[in-house]
Amino acid sequence: MVRMNDVTMVYESSGTVALDGIDVEIKEGEFVFLVGPSGSGKTTLMKLITGEIYATSGSVIVNDFDMSNIKRRKLPKVRRTLGVIFQDYRLIENMTVYDNVAFAMRVVGASNREIRKRVPYVLELVGLEGREKRLPNELSGGEQQRVAIARALVNSPRMIVADEPTGNLDPVRSLELMLLFEKINEMGTTILVVTHEKELVNAFNKRTITIDGGHKISDGTKGYFGYDIE
Amino acid sequence: MILSRGGYLIREGFRSIKTHGFMSFATVTIIMACLIIIGSVSLLSVNIDALIKDLESQNEVVAFVDESITEEAAAKALEGQLTAVDNVDSVEFVTRAEAMDNFMSQYDEDLMEGIDETVFRHRFVIHLDDIAEMAQTKAALEAVPGIAKVKAHLEYADTFVTIRNIVSVISLVLTVILVFVSVFIMSNTVKLATFGRREEIAIMKIVGATNSFIRLPFVVEGLVLGILGGGLAYLAEWGLYGLLTGRLMGTLTGSFLTLVPFKTVALPVLVFYLAVGVLVGAFGGVNAIRNYLKV
Repeated sequence: MVRMNDVTMVYESSGTVALDGIDVEIKEGEFVFLVGPSGSGKTTLMKLITGEIYATSGSVIVNDFDMSNIKRRKLPKVRRTLGVIFQDYRLIENMTVYDNVAFAMRVVGASNREIRKRVPYVLELVGLEGREKRLPNELSGGEQQRVAIARALVNSPRMIVADEPTGNLDPVRSLELMLLFEKINEMGTTILVVTHEKELVNAFNKRTITIDGGHKISDGTKGYFGYDIE
Repeated sequence: MILSRGGYLIREGFRSIKTHGFMSFATVTIIMACLIIIGSVSLLSVNIDALIKDLESQNEVVAFVDESITEEAAAKALEGQLTAVDNVDSVEFVTRAEAMDNFMSQYDEDLMEGIDETVFRHRFVIHLDDIAEMAQTKAALEAVPGIAKVKAHLEYADTFVTIRNIVSVISLVLTVILVFVSVFIMSNTVKLATFGRREEIAIMKIVGATNSFIRLPFVVEGLVLGILGGGLAYLAEWGLYGLLTGRLMGTLTGSFLTLVPFKTVALPVLVFYLAVGVLVGAFGGVNAIRNYLKV
């Protein structure tokens, strides 16, 4: 699924070493939290997985694609095996909820018939039935994040990568969202959640990888640990 | 599936024009304004060129027949040889009697007392295709047997050629500068229009859209806006030109001018406007999003 061996990432423009010889392996069907303080390298690690940046050294394998030297034109293929979710939802503002989700299917060349069948199913799965015709700005933060999850799920990706998905949500909505991720995971999709929220991580007894200063400092299933949170 | 996908992408292009209404309006307006400026300068230059050509055509060359050929028929027989000379546009035979009548109509008849038409020679009034070659043509006409002398205003010809060359160079330089400035302004407008959509493009990339999938709606959008801008500029230019030439023809200066009617330049103007509109619209759009695709 994801295999990183001795990965180092140095940003050329600033000379910052974001990751320093890190090893990470995530297996098919796992639910993994990736935690660490700001600037620890979490987002860099995520960007390496989605192919937004290339590692300075080491190897990165994602869903059988070698991301270390993948050609740009091949990136859409990798991204179609991933569902990516961001803290700020990243929905297309002038598209309805339905179109935002259907859009991800059109990208992969799905037929109108497939779209008409699949989109309502996924919207129901994330609890957004009846909201199809709304625009993103007519929804609450929690609902917008659910649209983003529906969009990530609609093409049945092998893995969902979520970067601080609960960052803009209150504790109740955050918990609901995590339960939704758990449900999706039980259906067979691998989940990687990057987060700051100690309570959430501790509430779910899942594998947690902690990184700090570009190094992996812990990897286990005992909850959120490895550094103090203010 | 490909058809439904193509249809979707084309619909997306049109939808985008509507949802980004203000930027679409700005793009069309800028394309229109730039094309009208280029077109007006070009049409002005076409008219100046036509005016100079018209003045040139009024510049005659007169070939006098040798005094030994007194018979009208024998003199007129030279017309064929003169017409055959290079650069000769038209040849008009003037008999010595007609020449005398012309002379008398211009001067006091008293001066002509006791003088008969034999004083005058038969002659040909010749118009040339290109007065720049007047000297060579004059020599060729003088070489025709039976022609005694050729009178040509070489100094006028030189002046006209100089003016024509200056006007051509100025209008060419002006048009080239305007085209560059316009393309720069137009492509920047398109760039500005797409700048607000870089986030949308980033989202498309992250869900696995290929570059061509992202580009096509932009191409459709650019094509439509470009054609719209070009078409509207054509209609505006047509109206503006008609209005200006109409006003000018009504004045004293205008009565001396021969202006090129719009219908004679309509097709090239339309083709040029649409071509620039399409190129700037479609390629401008694709070029503008190029940087956002590197995600």
